[in-house]
Amino acid sequence: MTIRGKAHIAGAYEHPDRKIPDKSVAQVHAEVALGAVADAGLSLSDVDAYFCAGDAPGFGPLSMADYLGLKRLRYLDSTETGGSSYLVHVGHAAAAIAEGKCEVALITLGGLPRSRPVPRPSASALAPEAGFELPFGPTTVSMYALAARRHMYDYGTTSAQLAAIKVAASQHARHNPRAMLPNPVTVEEVLESPMISDPLHRLDCCVISDGGGALVVVSPEVARELRRQTVKVLGHGESPKLADNGRIDLTYTGAVWSGPRAFEEAGVTQADIDYVSIYDSFTITVLQTIEDLGFCEKGKGGAFVADGSLQAPHGRLPFNTDGGGLCNNHPVNRGGMTKVIEAVRQLRGEANGPVQVPDCELALAHGNGGSLGTRSAAATLILGREDA
Amino acid sequence: MTAAAGGAGPLPTPAPPVNPETREFWAATAAGRLLLKRCLDCDSVIWYPRAICPDCSSLRTEWFAASGRGRVYSYTVNHRGEGAYQGSAPFVLAYVELDEGPRVMTNVVEADAADLAVGLPVEVVFHDTGDGSALPRFRPRKDR
Repeated sequence: MTIRGKAHIAGAYEHPDRKIPDKSVAQVHAEVALGAVADAGLSLSDVDAYFCAGDAPGFGPLSMADYLGLKRLRYLDSTETGGSSYLVHVGHAAAAIAEGKCEVALITLGGLPRSRPVPRPSASALAPEAGFELPFGPTTVSMYALAARRHMYDYGTTSAQLAAIKVAASQHARHNPRAMLPNPVTVEEVLESPMISDPLHRLDCCVISDGGGALVVVSPEVARELRRQTVKVLGHGESPKLADNGRIDLTYTGAVWSGPRAFEEAGVTQADIDYVSIYDSFTITVLQTIEDLGFCEKGKGGAFVADGSLQAPHGRLPFNTDGGGLCNNHPVNRGGMTKVIEAVRQLRGEANGPVQVPDCELALAHGNGGSLGTRSAAATLILGREDA
Repeated sequence: MTAAAGGAGPLPTPAPPVNPETREFWAATAAGRLLLKRCLDCDSVIWYPRAICPDCSSLRTEWFAASGRGRVYSYTVNHRGEGAYQGSAPFVLAYVELDEGPRVMTNVVEADAADLAVGLPVEVVFHDTGDGSALPRFRPRKDR
């Protein structure tokens, strides 16, 4: 079985705010849910499937489903893979729709890490590996820094090459009035920003933002009834990359498995893709991912990004045209939702004017959740314009 | 010793959670010994220690004494400690590839910034947590 063309994204909504001091987390989920169903031309009473991840407050999907008053639910999924969860959810929703289990799936993300920082989830202290990792003081940034260092050692990647990724994102963000960091930066400015965890500087890191987003995935039959232009789900792949019994390899990600699965299902190749949303928790995340997805040879990502390939609209591989997590928004420390939303904008021709890719027919969105340095989960979606 | 290895004084030694699966490992660290597990069916070295062999699913495993030697696989000088490490920066987080094979998360200590490198030969040292366990950290080998 394949999901190719059997589900459409009909609604996509990014919370407009980046700092929300006066609302609850559930309220943010409600606002993005309403935004996404309105974008689709539907209402919450049409929703018969609900998807959320670890950011949703309460007990799995039940508390938020109850809070939102979803009365027709016949399908639930609270798969948690960190920032890639929402791409996983789109794939799972498409599969459920293709099997006739549901026809209007709502996926929500929301949270307030900027206004109300929360400590590391206590669940990680209960993990079986906890005693062998946490006492040594790993932080999110330092785990990605370990990956960057080893990639540099194996392939000669440089800090200036990583900085080029931030530069491209910042050139896109200046056209986004809601971007947290709207000012273009230079390679030198990235390299001169404070070192957080060597070799990653402050400007190699994504922003921390309140907010969220939501998606509505529907059956082709529902899509036909809607006036709004929808986006076809053509391919999906997901894969964890685990520590593999001490055989840690920090130079590649699960995209080496999720990418080929998505391309095969969609029946397209890298050369067919007009636009990519690439997970950008850190610059190194982007570099490894574009290599692993086959947009350049393994180890050659540094040279690929350094010559302007990522710049929209005319680079070889225009990426993250909203400014991405590096400059625009990384709500709840989970960038997967906004990756899908910007891909939908591109395919609808609704990206910010100067960075809209002309005649954008095929887009790829990719998420990576967890830690690049230990256990992570990759998810790849290939999406197509409604008439493509 | 330089700022690269614990700028604000000695590194913290947070006690690891101990459970029946890992009690023997941590008790050995308190006595200055690094233990690893081996699978009795497929001979794989198992890391992190657990009751099941993640390579062949066998439940037949045994402890053995590791050499305590290895090489740095990757490292970072972290300037922003969190939790118990708040105020301890800069400090070195690393993966060390043990001579027995596994790549293990740890800290590199007693190292000059200029010595830090992928491939650096290191040996284990134990830092007592005061809770019946000691953290296996690594320092540059004198005979390298």
